[in-house]
Amino acid sequence: MDADIRTRDLVVGYGDKAVLSGLDLALPRHAITCLVGGSGSGKTTLFRTIVGLIAPLSGTVELLGRDLGAGTDDERNATLQRVGMLFQNGALLNSMTVRENVAFPLVEHTGLPRPVVDALVRVRLQQLGVLHALDLYPSELSGGMRKRVGLARAMIHDPAILMCDEPSAGLDPVTSAGLDRVLVSLKGIFGLTIVVVTHELDSIRRIADHVVMVGKRKQGPPGVLFDGPATDFFASTDTGIRAFLDRREG
Amino acid sequence: MTGPLRIAFPERTTAAEVPALFRAHTVAIRASRAPVELDLSGVAVLDSAGAGLVAHWRRLAPPAAALEVVGASAPVQAVLDLYGRDPGEASADGPPAPGVFEALGERGVGFVGGVVAFLVVLTDTLWFLPVTLFKKGAKRRALIVEEMVRIGSQSFGIIGFLSLLVGLTMALQAAYQLRQFGANIFLANLVGLSMTREMGPLLTAILLAGRIGSSTAAEIATRSITEELDALRTFGVDPVEYVVVPKFVAISITGPLLAVMATAIGILGGYLVGVLYLDLGHDQFVNQMLGSLYLKDVITGLVKALSFSWAIVLIGAYKGLSTRGGPLEVGTATTSSVVVSLFAVIVLDAVYSMIFYFG
Repeated sequence: MDADIRTRDLVVGYGDKAVLSGLDLALPRHAITCLVGGSGSGKTTLFRTIVGLIAPLSGTVELLGRDLGAGTDDERNATLQRVGMLFQNGALLNSMTVRENVAFPLVEHTGLPRPVVDALVRVRLQQLGVLHALDLYPSELSGGMRKRVGLARAMIHDPAILMCDEPSAGLDPVTSAGLDRVLVSLKGIFGLTIVVVTHELDSIRRIADHVVMVGKRKQGPPGVLFDGPATDFFASTDTGIRAFLDRREG
Repeated sequence: MTGPLRIAFPERTTAAEVPALFRAHTVAIRASRAPVELDLSGVAVLDSAGAGLVAHWRRLAPPAAALEVVGASAPVQAVLDLYGRDPGEASADGPPAPGVFEALGERGVGFVGGVVAFLVVLTDTLWFLPVTLFKKGAKRRALIVEEMVRIGSQSFGIIGFLSLLVGLTMALQAAYQLRQFGANIFLANLVGLSMTREMGPLLTAILLAGRIGSSTAAEIATRSITEELDALRTFGVDPVEYVVVPKFVAISITGPLLAVMATAIGILGGYLVGVLYLDLGHDQFVNQMLGSLYLKDVITGLVKALSFSWAIVLIGAYKGLSTRGGPLEVGTATTSSVVVSLFAVIVLDAVYSMIFYFG
C-alpha cells in the first residue's frame, strides 16, 4: 500500500512515560484516515508526534518518505512545509487579521504576487463561509469561525498531507457536515492525504476511508486496537470497538 | 476591431510559474477592450496558485473583455471549479472610517470609560478590603503572605542595590559643590532629607511599577483571557476580592517597608561619601542628619510610598481586568500598566510635594 505517513515501532509519550507503544502504521495515500480512541487514549499524543511537535520516545515517523528524525533542520522543515495542520482551537496568530493569518504560509514560503495571495485567501474563506471575517482579529471570532479560518490557513499552500485535530468539535451539525464535504472534495480534487482526529461518529461515517483506533489492549501496553478500512471498522465485532461505537451511537 | 487577447498557460502552472505569468499579463488584461482567452489546453498540472491567478484575473478583467477559459482538461477544470471567481472584498461594504471629530469623540468617550472602570476597581477593592481582612481573614491570609513574599523577594535586592548607587551618586554630586563653600557638613542634611522625602519612595515606586505592576497586569490579564476570572464568578467569588485585594494588602505593607529600606541604604551611600571623601566624622554625620529630619519628613515619605504602591497595584489590576482577546492583549496590558503607573507616580509625587511644601 502506498503511504505518505508511516511509523515504525513507534513509542509515543511524555518524558519517560510511554502512552502508546509498538505503533507500525502505514496511512494510505490520497485517503482520509480517522484517528479515534477514547478520552486520554493517546490519539492526540500520536497525532502531535506524527507532525513533529513531540519527539518520539523510540521508533521513527516518516512523512512523504522522509524520516522526520533524520537529516538537517532544513530538510525537516521542507517536509513539514508540505503538511497542513488544523489545530483544535485554530491556533491563529492573535496579532494578525484573518487575512494575514491565512496568507501567512504563502507569504513565508512562496513568491506569489500579493493580489493572487489575496484572491486565494478570499476564495478559501468563501468556501468555508467566513469571508466576512476577512479583516477581523482572532479575538473577535467565535470558536467555530476560528476553526474554519484555521482550516483555510492549513489548506492555503496545497499541502500533500492535511492533519486535522478534532475539526468538528464545537461546530454545529450543519457547519460540521459542510466542513466534512470540503475535506472530501480536497481529497478528491487535490489527492490529499488527510488525517483527522475525531470523536464524531457521523463525521467518521461521512469522511473516513481508513480508521486507526488506539487505546488499552487486552494484552500488552496501550497501542493500536484497529487499523483498517472504515467499512471493516463499523462492521467489527470486536468488543472494544463495539463498546466505542455503541457508546457513541447510544 | 482587435483580435482576442490569448494567453497560453504552461504545462505546469504552479506557485513557481505564477509570478512570471502575473507580471507578463496582468496589466494587459486589466486594460483589454478585446475578449480575453486563457488557453489551458497545454496545462497538465494546475495547483491552487494557478487557480488563484485565474480567479484573480476573472475579477480584474473589464466586462468588455469577457474573460474566458478554454481548453482545460477535466482534472484542471475540477481545480478551477473549486476556486471559481475571486469574491473580492466583502468588508468594503462596512461602515465608513470615522472623521476627525468622531475619532476624537470616540477617544474621549474611551478615556472617560477607562477612568470609570478604574474607579470601579478602586471602590470594589476598598469595599472588599474589610471582607477579606476580617470575614475571610484566615482563608486569604495565606494569599496575602504569599504576595508579600513575592513582592519583597522580587524587589528587595534590586531596590537595595540601586538605592545605594543613587545615595552615592547624589552625595558625590553635592560634595563637589559643598566643598567649594566649606559646607561639607550639610551633605548629611541633603542626603537625609532628599532620600527620606523623595528619592527613597520614588525609586521604590519606579522599580515596583516595573516588577510588580507589570506582573500584576500580566497575571490578571492571563487569568481573564483564559476564563479563570469567569470561573471564579460562577463560584460566587468576586475576582477583585480574590485576586486584587490580597495584592493590595500585601503591597500596602511591603511597599512602605521597601521604601524605608531604600531610604536607609541611600543614606548609607551618602554616609560613605561623607565619611570617606569629605572627612566627616561618624557622629558628626549621624547627628547632623538626625537633627535635620523631623517626623513630618518621615510621614511624607511613608505617605508617598503607600500612595505610590496603591496606584501601582490598582493600575496593574485595572489593566489586567479590562483585558479581552488573546496573548497580544496581555502584552499590551502589561506595557500599558507600566507606562500609566509611572505617569501616575510622577504626577502623585508632584502633587504631594506641593501639598507637603505649602501645607
